[in-house]
Amino acid sequence: MPAQPDLAAGRLSQAEYARNFGDIKPPLSPQQAPIEASRCYFCYDAPCIEACPTGIDIPSFIRKIATGNDRGAAMDILQANIFGGACARVCPVEELCEEVCVRTAQEGKPVNIGLLQRHATDRFFERGEQPFERAAPTGKRIAVVGAGPAGISCAHGLARLGHEVTVYEAQAKAGGLNEYGIAAYKVIDDFAQRELDFILAVGGITLEFNRALGADISLAGLRRDYDAVFLATGQAGVKALEVEGQALEGVRPAIDYIAELRQAGDLAALPVGRRIVVIGGGNTAIDIAVQTKRLGAEDVTICYRRGPEEMGATWHEQEVAQTSGVRIKHWVRPVRLHGANGHVGGIELEYTRLGDDGRLTGTGDTTTLPADSVFTAIGQILIADPVADGAGAPLDIRGGRIAVNDERQTSLSGVFAGGDCIDGLDLTVQAVEDGKIAARSIHSSLTR
Amino acid sequence: MADLRTDLAGITSPNPFWLASAPPTDKYYNVERAFKAGWGGVVWKTVGEPIVNTTSRYGAVEHNGSRMAGFTNIELISDRPIAVNLREVKQIKREWPDRALVVSLMVPCDEESWKTILADVEDTEADGIELNFGCPHGMSERGMGSAVGQVPDYVEMVAAWCKKHTRMPVIVKLTPNITDIRYPARAARKGNADAVSLINTLASVIGVDLDTMAPLPLVNGKGTHGGYCGPAVKPVALRMVGDLARDPECRGMAISGIGGISTWRDAAEFLSMGATNVQVCTAAMHRGFKIVEDMIDGLSNWMDGKGYRTLSDFQGAAVRNFVEWGDLDMNYEIIARIDQDLCIKCGLCHVTCEDTSHQSISALRIDGERRYEVIDEECVGCNLCMYVCPVDGCITMEPVDNGKPYVVWADDPRNPANRVQAAE
Repeated sequence: MPAQPDLAAGRLSQAEYARNFGDIKPPLSPQQAPIEASRCYFCYDAPCIEACPTGIDIPSFIRKIATGNDRGAAMDILQANIFGGACARVCPVEELCEEVCVRTAQEGKPVNIGLLQRHATDRFFERGEQPFERAAPTGKRIAVVGAGPAGISCAHGLARLGHEVTVYEAQAKAGGLNEYGIAAYKVIDDFAQRELDFILAVGGITLEFNRALGADISLAGLRRDYDAVFLATGQAGVKALEVEGQALEGVRPAIDYIAELRQAGDLAALPVGRRIVVIGGGNTAIDIAVQTKRLGAEDVTICYRRGPEEMGATWHEQEVAQTSGVRIKHWVRPVRLHGANGHVGGIELEYTRLGDDGRLTGTGDTTTLPADSVFTAIGQILIADPVADGAGAPLDIRGGRIAVNDERQTSLSGVFAGGDCIDGLDLTVQAVEDGKIAARSIHSSLTR
Repeated sequence: MADLRTDLAGITSPNPFWLASAPPTDKYYNVERAFKAGWGGVVWKTVGEPIVNTTSRYGAVEHNGSRMAGFTNIELISDRPIAVNLREVKQIKREWPDRALVVSLMVPCDEESWKTILADVEDTEADGIELNFGCPHGMSERGMGSAVGQVPDYVEMVAAWCKKHTRMPVIVKLTPNITDIRYPARAARKGNADAVSLINTLASVIGVDLDTMAPLPLVNGKGTHGGYCGPAVKPVALRMVGDLARDPECRGMAISGIGGISTWRDAAEFLSMGATNVQVCTAAMHRGFKIVEDMIDGLSNWMDGKGYRTLSDFQGAAVRNFVEWGDLDMNYEIIARIDQDLCIKCGLCHVTCEDTSHQSISALRIDGERRYEVIDEECVGCNLCMYVCPVDGCITMEPVDNGKPYVVWADDPRNPANRVQAAE
């Protein structure tokens, strides 16, 4: 094991960075779009609509692309999902609309709904039109906590209904995971910020940056100062890797490094290890693995304690990892991290199997992988303290998430919640829907 | 290997695939390329007093990303001198003696004009002539083309002149821009024409440019009607070919089928409906001459599979089943069947039947799963769902054994005329 970890910036040429972090799924050309659109059967009771958390009328928008009604197509999408542009890029369509597309049943090749949605929204944004208007002012003021997809979706819905919205964001930029968490090659050319500019241009939404709940603002204060509160804090905490050596330098949560990468002006200036080990099996594990590989890491291994079917990452994401040269090692779990001079140098893994009782168990055999960096992608958690300061009754937390009813109403009156801080799919598209529903619920509660 | 040799009114060719009179056949260079590619014959682009063409000349209908589903042109006849055309005809016929070479002609409607040009064409040793009575644009305004084809008396008169002044077989090319195709065809027969070829193009406006507000194709901001052809016109042509094939007054006159023929299967359909050979243009203009390879190969393989040794084994075989509506069996019943294992749950059968037909397919959810079922009592056997269904073989129309005899409308008790008689 080398005494010094091999961490270096600038492992690749500028051309390689450009290629590796360009659009992973290039848009359809103006010629391809109507041809792909013509593959849609315009189903009755279409399964894709049902599979979309925001209920976009997919056959309608696709038909509008086929007929050359691009504006109509974009409006069908944006009316149902104001983040239609981001969702077109980041939705796991292979497990949502495209999985249930009747063409998947027919020929294993769904209509490329994601790319068609991107086509429609891209062309709309190129024109620079602001299609939404605000209703007459209601005089009501609502606080939204968190400027991610859930918070901004809710703010946009409320602003359109004539309310005044203030969004408190702990970070220095809006966008949430769209800005800090999504893999760079899925949202190129600063798309997250361009989309936000479009959404916020409706008016009536004030953003307050670097204002964290529990530090700079409190739930009690917001309830006092505003007519309603929408909590969309996401899951700010990460689960700890509870093994020996976890405190060694070079052992980091994946989301921290991804955020750093997303904010890096120059990828060549970002140090990356030569040998990377990622612990976890979800899409975040894939995102960190593929991005470090594309930054020039030589060996990247995802270590997951179960088999491919149990991985949280979709089959498509697993394919992206493998075709990017990432190795996925199944049926291993970390037991100890080795290091020298306070820095990680390797990881000891124990092989696992399912016991006779169906539970995961260690076999006792181990193997050790050298590692200059170890990234953990084993899940995020809600840090409940900041939201637990409810004046009077505490906010109901269940299973580590804020409890809500179907209307996204929490246990506290006037307080609603959505996005990753409540139980759900933990997807951008679900967060957008939560915000949309909450905006309607807040509006009806304030105008009763 | 099936024998594809063809004989149309004494004009022989190694296969039934000819290129129609059009831009692909307007000079030695193209025709030589066509023969090298394997085409059995060509009808040379119409020869007559040279004209001048406009730019642009073509327009097309694109359907669901499929280019040139329909095609139109505003070209006129050959823009080259008659002598140049005929010199090249003579040369290519000498070099390719086994291929059919027919010269399309269009001259003013007087006997002397026809007599003069016929002598010149005979000198080329071409196999025959085709009288262009079909062109619906440009030439018709000058009293030629479809202006002749639309008047049966003129058709008969010119055909008779030609038969009088040449020993070559005479093919009359018919315009579909007429109410009943049998009238000009019967006139051609009376004029002793040896064959008819049909259809020429349909008078049409292919589209409107919504920016300049002018019909397409545009010629400096204006548009004119053109001649429509391509796959979209095939059904019109098949019907007209069938009408002539079963017409007793046209019996004995060969038919060269034209109109949207793109594949060997299209050709087999035209031959079944009574054509002796086929002529192709748009498909070649879309993809080049090489398409003939599959036309020959596909037709031959299909014939081998069916046990047909020569074209005459099936030529005209569908004509006897092409009847008037009044000869159809009113007691025949079919109803739709949905193969639930093949169904992909698109629901199109349900919604189209519900919205536009007979409300005979129900949309169910069983344990959350979509299921579409035919309501037998409501189904009228119209076929709509079968055609709407995107899965081959998923919806079939199954005959109902109702034990009833073949009854035509004239004898049907439901015919009001029969009810009145019964009441008396």
